[in-house]
Amino acid sequence: MPKIKLPRSSPSIDMTPMVDLAFLLVTFFILTTKFRPDEAVKVTIPFSVSSTKLPENVTTIDIDSNGRVFIDMDVKEVRAQIFQSMADKYKSVAPGIGGNEVARFAVCGPFGAPMAKMKEYLDDDDDARKDFNKASPGIPHDTTKPGGNELADWIHYAYANVIQDYNQKVSSGLKGIEQPRFAIKADGRTKYKDIKTVVDICQKQNIQHFELITSLKAKPQ
Amino acid sequence: MADVGSGGEGGGHGRHQKKRAKKLPTRIDMTPMVDLGFLLLTFFIMTTTFSKPKVIELTPPSKEKPPKPPELQDSLALTVILSANDKVYYYMGVIDTSLIPDSNKIQLTNFSDKGGIRDIVIKHNSFVRNQIAALDAQHANKQIADTTYARKKGNIQGDKMALFVIIKTDSAAKYSNVVNMLDEMDITQCDKYALIDAKEIEILKMKQYNQLHNVK
Repeated sequence: MPKIKLPRSSPSIDMTPMVDLAFLLVTFFILTTKFRPDEAVKVTIPFSVSSTKLPENVTTIDIDSNGRVFIDMDVKEVRAQIFQSMADKYKSVAPGIGGNEVARFAVCGPFGAPMAKMKEYLDDDDDARKDFNKASPGIPHDTTKPGGNELADWIHYAYANVIQDYNQKVSSGLKGIEQPRFAIKADGRTKYKDIKTVVDICQKQNIQHFELITSLKAKPQ
Repeated sequence: MADVGSGGEGGGHGRHQKKRAKKLPTRIDMTPMVDLGFLLLTFFIMTTTFSKPKVIELTPPSKEKPPKPPELQDSLALTVILSANDKVYYYMGVIDTSLIPDSNKIQLTNFSDKGGIRDIVIKHNSFVRNQIAALDAQHANKQIADTTYARKKGNIQGDKMALFVIIKTDSAAKYSNVVNMLDEMDITQCDKYALIDAKEIEILKMKQYNQLHNVK
């Protein structure tokens, strides 16, 4: 019987379809990826079975396990307005805040600096801000301690401005704008009384509805 | 690898190269591009998070106009007090204001799947759960429409015979405890609950319970 002779050639495969697919996937992931935004504080959110999605247009109040409070807002123009109001009110403790700081604040992400240190915080670069956030006491919200209740003012101006922004957008005919909401993103290990303090402050500023941010876990049967 | 051509025919035509340039098919080595492509692909697959965070909606009772506590039968009011180390104390009805140990009806449980607070709520909320189970069966058999189902379910959960759970926290309770408890409300389909602080007498009773039962 004659042996079957296998042709001796390097097996070369046409890789075009695979490459096409790979680049298709790359394109898909590039377009869909939304990078996780910077976190000013490390917060491990608790699990829950709730499957309601986080709505758009939220002002997030971060509370870490030591009860430090940080705030994050989405809309840039609103951020600038809120900060301007705060700067005006705290002129005596935070002098020298000008247009430069307001512009920097509009894009600075979550923040937790007392007003007295705000200028210093905003003028720093990213690395210095990270170090600052690690050591920062958060936004002062205890009336019995020095610094007073800055959180109440932040919430007050934030609420007024996001509502105004929302009304403007709706009346100018923009569709699909969600109602502004306030979310609480707190660490599971935080004492509940610390959360309650923040909730009470918000309630005094007429915010009656909160979204507690959690991550999904399976519902037991 | 992705070497497409360029080999093989290289040797044969060297002699004629000077006379006329033979038209080679323009083929490029694609290996680096493919490598880069897969590198990017891997990066994006690793970093993408598809699931957006989820939320629990919370509407705490208003400060200015605190709602009147509903008049409830003892068997319909379950008070749950969340405390340190994931402990859950609970009692039915109204608490006795005296500190006689025998009258202490506070009991202790936890968040475990079996025999925890969930089972307690389920036990006392059978009125609602039985009706919802029947309704679920009807819905599964397509005997009622989705909207009817949602409406009827809401009616059952809001019925005045439904269990009312009063969730209280002491100063040592953690946020995750509260989230867990709100979760239990969701799991047990209990829609009537309120979230408030524990009273002094309840704290005392909890301490008394701990002494009586050697709980640390």
